[in-house]
Amino acid sequence: MLKTFRIGGIHPKEKKISAGEATQSIAIPDQVIIPLSQHIGAPCQPVVKKGDPVKVGTLIGKSVGFVSANIHSPVSGTVLKIDKALDASGYKRDAVFIKVEGDEWEESIDRSPELRKVCDLPASEILHKIAAAGIVGMGGATFPTHVKLTPPPGAKAEILIINGVECEPWLTSDHRLMMEKADEILVGTTIVMKALNVQKAIIGIENNKQDAIKLFSQKTNGYPRIEVQPLKVQYPQGGEKQLIDAITGRQVSSGALPISVGAVVQNVGTVFAIYEAVQKNKPLIERVVTVTGKEVKQPCNILSRIGVPLSNLIDMAGGMPETTGKVVSGGPMMGKALASTDIPVTKGTSGILIIPTLEAKRKAMKDCIRCAKCIGVCPMGLNPTLLMNLTEYEVWDRAEKNHITDCIECGSCSYTCPADRPLLDYIRLGKGKVNGIIRARKN
Amino acid sequence: MEHKLIVSPSPHVHSGDTIQKNMYNVLIALIPAFLVALYVFRLDALIITASSVLFCVGFEFLIVKYILKKTPTLSDGSAIITGVLLAFNVPSNLPVWILALGCLFAIGVVKLSFGGLGNNIFNPAIAGRIFLLISFPAQMTTWPAAFPAAGTTDAVSSATVLGTLKFAPEALPSLQSMLLGTEGGSLGEMSALALMLGLVYLLWKKTITWHIPVSILATVAFFTGILYLFNPLPLYHPLIHLFSGGLMLGAVFMATDYVTSPMTKKGMLIYGAGIGFVTMAIRLWGAYPEGVSFAILLMNALTPLINNYTSPKRFGEVVKNG
Amino acid sequence: MSVLLTAVATLGVIGAGSAAILYMVGQRFKVEEDPRIQEVQDSLPAANCGGCGFPGCASFASACVKAESMDDLFCPVGGQNTMDKVAAILGRKAPVAAKKIAVVRCNGTCDNRPRLNLYDGASNCTIASALYGGDTGCSFGCLGLGDCVDSCTFDAIHINPVTMLPEVVEDRCTACGACVKACPKDIIELRKQGPKSRRIYVSCVNKDKGGVAKKSCDVACIGCTKCQQVCPFEAITIENNLAFIDDDKCRLCRKCVPVCPTNSILELNFPTRKETPPAPKEEEATVTA
Repeated sequence: MLKTFRIGGIHPKEKKISAGEATQSIAIPDQVIIPLSQHIGAPCQPVVKKGDPVKVGTLIGKSVGFVSANIHSPVSGTVLKIDKALDASGYKRDAVFIKVEGDEWEESIDRSPELRKVCDLPASEILHKIAAAGIVGMGGATFPTHVKLTPPPGAKAEILIINGVECEPWLTSDHRLMMEKADEILVGTTIVMKALNVQKAIIGIENNKQDAIKLFSQKTNGYPRIEVQPLKVQYPQGGEKQLIDAITGRQVSSGALPISVGAVVQNVGTVFAIYEAVQKNKPLIERVVTVTGKEVKQPCNILSRIGVPLSNLIDMAGGMPETTGKVVSGGPMMGKALASTDIPVTKGTSGILIIPTLEAKRKAMKDCIRCAKCIGVCPMGLNPTLLMNLTEYEVWDRAEKNHITDCIECGSCSYTCPADRPLLDYIRLGKGKVNGIIRARKN
Repeated sequence: MEHKLIVSPSPHVHSGDTIQKNMYNVLIALIPAFLVALYVFRLDALIITASSVLFCVGFEFLIVKYILKKTPTLSDGSAIITGVLLAFNVPSNLPVWILALGCLFAIGVVKLSFGGLGNNIFNPAIAGRIFLLISFPAQMTTWPAAFPAAGTTDAVSSATVLGTLKFAPEALPSLQSMLLGTEGGSLGEMSALALMLGLVYLLWKKTITWHIPVSILATVAFFTGILYLFNPLPLYHPLIHLFSGGLMLGAVFMATDYVTSPMTKKGMLIYGAGIGFVTMAIRLWGAYPEGVSFAILLMNALTPLINNYTSPKRFGEVVKNG
Repeated sequence: MSVLLTAVATLGVIGAGSAAILYMVGQRFKVEEDPRIQEVQDSLPAANCGGCGFPGCASFASACVKAESMDDLFCPVGGQNTMDKVAAILGRKAPVAAKKIAVVRCNGTCDNRPRLNLYDGASNCTIASALYGGDTGCSFGCLGLGDCVDSCTFDAIHINPVTMLPEVVEDRCTACGACVKACPKDIIELRKQGPKSRRIYVSCVNKDKGGVAKKSCDVACIGCTKCQQVCPFEAITIENNLAFIDDDKCRLCRKCVPVCPTNSILELNFPTRKETPPAPKEEEATVTA
């Protein structure tokens, strides 16, 4: 019996067609556009202006406040301008436009491929380096990592969980990273364990990545405090709270942080970036992006610098198929549909999924037939059809009482509904409204 | 690529489940019971079932198109199911015009006047059956003998198991015949085994969950079991009650109707227990030999209340007292 | 006979007894209320629309009676008439307030503003605007999904199926402000209805730089300041590449309308000019009853 989370869940078709494709690098274009907000928290302040020369790794955006993250140039060249550009948010926001010249890196960055296993730095230094390198959660949430690794006063981490689950269908970037950079990930894990002062780490991997499970089980023999835990293939196994429930059996209560049950979760991509930042002084400037879809000619996993337009990555995968209906940044369950492919790769771009028109168009919604399937699949134990109704009728006090703010927006409810009701669309709206009411109440 | 991209909020993939698929699963689950009905009642079973379906679908189409002036959505299969279930609740020799009235009541009054699929409070088939029972008590309680001789449609009034149980308990048939369905009764009530096969199919296809059927049957078994322990009369025998009458049909197909049953697991268990209890109360101490229909109707009325006061088990619910 | 008498007597006693109990309880638990509150409430339109800012007519009546002055109290449905009546009941004078009307400040019709993608989510402006800037190049403009229509309790605003923009029905709009609150893009504004229902406004809320705005929509305001320069009453301010006409200062002289290079300023319910305005792309929108 494989471990799994205890409430709800669905099993969409996995479609990991690009799982066997080794990661390839993509050429750097003539111009890159670096949005100044690639993380949760305050957008960065630009620290460069038109005409400034930059190298790979030069700081171009400074974090503002504690919950924010630095942004570094992924290319060498000259800053063209700071202007508004369309990004994955769907709106135009401030970005740094850089004209690419050559590929010169900052001298402090160690570009050698050798594995550096030992880290002598104290925890505070490690956290400082993580913050300086602009590391954010690479699973897609982009939460600033140094914030997550700084427990609030009174809270103590007992276990580190590495999220190698990648439960979204179609995406394989984490899988490839695990297969190709396993040693670096393990060293990164030890570094995070040191930063948190925990004695135990568990790497959760979904059971459909047998090669990764085998590889890591083998390699963790050299790391007595790190274990591999295969997990049942179920969505959303990679959701932070669900993962903690599956591995530790503890459920984080409503409104609380994972640290309240002693757990800290980090994505494998984040851990790899931490290794590069701490051991090689390399800031976060590139990531693996899966380009995939039913009609994509060459589904692949691409190592791309941030700032490269998504259209370049799609060209590398054989170009945009004729039948394209939707281009999604991320996976099919929680990814964001884009209005244009001129949007640049950012720290949170885990994949590009191209969906043909026939599959992309939603069916007309019908009245709720009270089948309760949405209730059965909700991993947070909520009542999605009730929450949608309360939102439509703007009954915010009841929505709050029914814990609408606990929704993790996984999409299981909309996925399941036989009446094709856009449950999550409305729940998201209600969540926003109720959170606004709660904030106003506190002030 | 010149055509426009489609933009909508996540998720961007769907399970493919539709109302129609669920309805058709229920129809498939009813096939074993239908085959038994055909075997026992021959042509009459076919006529009753077919006419019921035709009337239900027809009335829904006409009313939605010409009275409500909306586009009919017959393809969702719910009218067909109402037709089949109503047919399974009547004697096979019921005059077709009476059946038509039942269909009109079930579809027009119970379903459409409340707002159509998803908005009705009461199960249309059950309410239709009760309407017929109260309006045409003689025709609704005159059952033909099982295995009528070829060519005869005369109602040789024969008793059902429950009728026998209440009024002439010495003459009870064997458990086996109740299980397999060779005794008299309404069309769909015959074979508990055929209905249980349907239950297994529905559970496998995840069309329904175990909560309602199991809680109904468990309540009935428990209730009668206690009584039987103190007083081992056939009247209190758990298996006789489980296998006879409309209980199995009601527990598996009627009470599990999505629209009229509670949505939370806790709620479903309460609902099932209520149905079991009321059924037995009527069967043992009421004037009617059969109580499932009334029980289901009563619990349908309580469903909104049950929905209001039960909620699903939440993630991370803090348990008071550790 | 005696049965009849007994029945009548019993029921009579029960009836009388209940009436007595109800009366006593009514008196015992009576809530002392200023009788003027009920009088004021009776003079109100009873729409309970919340346009006055209070949750219902009873609440507004109570506020009127308790308030020191009538200055901030206005019932947009009943209008000046009603406020005069209320003032009379309370022995005060109602301030004269100009009649307002909802104005949709976007003219990005399907012709002016090409659609670049297909929105397929729930038909709700708040949901769409949380997702992205909309199905056109202008991320400030109207999404046409009708949150304003849903919020109106007077059936005074509808989406025109050809232009995909909301249109206000002058006769029915009470300026209650529900649509203003409902619009997630702050496109609708309450402006003075004006004499003979005439008004002039900038039909755009796009804050992008001129060049960018014009690329997405033919009638966008590009912030060129021509209107500001020509206005004799200093009623026009330009902020964030967007012009805004202050309706307290505007005298409806119409000088700004023809100078706008993108025809972004609209004039409603004016007689047609004798001279033709410079190559207009759209006719002035004349919203009639």
